[in-house]
Amino acid sequence: MTQANEVGAIEVTDVLDTSGLLCPLPVYQAALALKKLQPGDVLELICTDPGSLEDIPALARQRQDVLLAVDDQTGVQKFWIEKGEDA
Amino acid sequence: MTDLAESLATIDQIETGPKRKRLALVASKGTLDAAYPPLILATTAASLGWEVGIYFTFYGLDILHDDRYQKLKMPALANPAGPIRLPTFVGAIPGATAAATKVMKRWMKRSRMPDVAEFIEMAQGLDVTFFACATTMGVMGVEEGDLIAGCDIAGAAKFLDYAAGADVQLFV
Repeated sequence: MTQANEVGAIEVTDVLDTSGLLCPLPVYQAALALKKLQPGDVLELICTDPGSLEDIPALARQRQDVLLAVDDQTGVQKFWIEKGEDA
Repeated sequence: MTDLAESLATIDQIETGPKRKRLALVASKGTLDAAYPPLILATTAASLGWEVGIYFTFYGLDILHDDRYQKLKMPALANPAGPIRLPTFVGAIPGATAAATKVMKRWMKRSRMPDVAEFIEMAQGLDVTFFACATTMGVMGVEEGDLIAGCDIAGAAKFLDYAAGADVQLFV
C-alpha cells in the first residue's frame, strides 16, 4: 500500500466526504460513488465514523477494489480506493 | 478436489463469473428499534456487492406494511436498554411508548441516520429482495395490496431454498 506521505501522487477521479455520517452511510455512499466510476478510477473517501477504519477496507475487499492508501493521522480518515476490474 | 469437480468449477466460473456472496436475513420483529438492524445489514451487504434477501415474518411484516412501516413504535415496556431509563413497569403507563418512540426518532435524526422509509428505499434501490411471509399474511389478514410495492410473497420453503444458497444467514 502507498505510504500516507506519497498520496499526493495518486490521481484522484472523484472525492466523497462522509464526515459526520455513521454506518452504514459511508459504505453505502462509497459503493454508489464507486458504481459511477470506471475500473482503474480512484475515489478519495473522507470518513469520521470510527468504524470506517475497518469498514472501508472490508468494502474494498468484498467489492474487489484496491485500497491504495489510508491516512488517519488527523482524526479524519482518508481512503484512496481504486475501482477493481470485476467490481 | 477431484479433476472432474475442478473442471466443473472452472466451467462454472467461465460461464457465470465468480459466485456473488448472498445474505439471507429474517426480520421477525416489528418495533422501531428492531426494524433498523436488518435494514442496516441488508443495505451494507448490498453495498459490498452481495445479493441480499430479507424474509419479513410475524411482526416483522409490519416493516413492509404500507400503513404501518412509518408508524413503528419503540417499546418502553420490557426494554430496559431503551431511551427511557426507568423501571420497566413504567413502560405500561400510557404515553411511555409514544415518548420512547419520539426519543428514538430524535436520536436517529440527530445522528443523521436515515429513517425506516429511507432505508427501505435504499435497500430497494440496491435490489434487495423483500420476502413477505405468506403465513403471516394469512394469520394477520394482510393482503398483497396492503404491502409496499415490490414484495415477493413467499412461504418458508421458498425462503429456505434461497437461504440454503446463502453465505450468511441471520435471524433478527
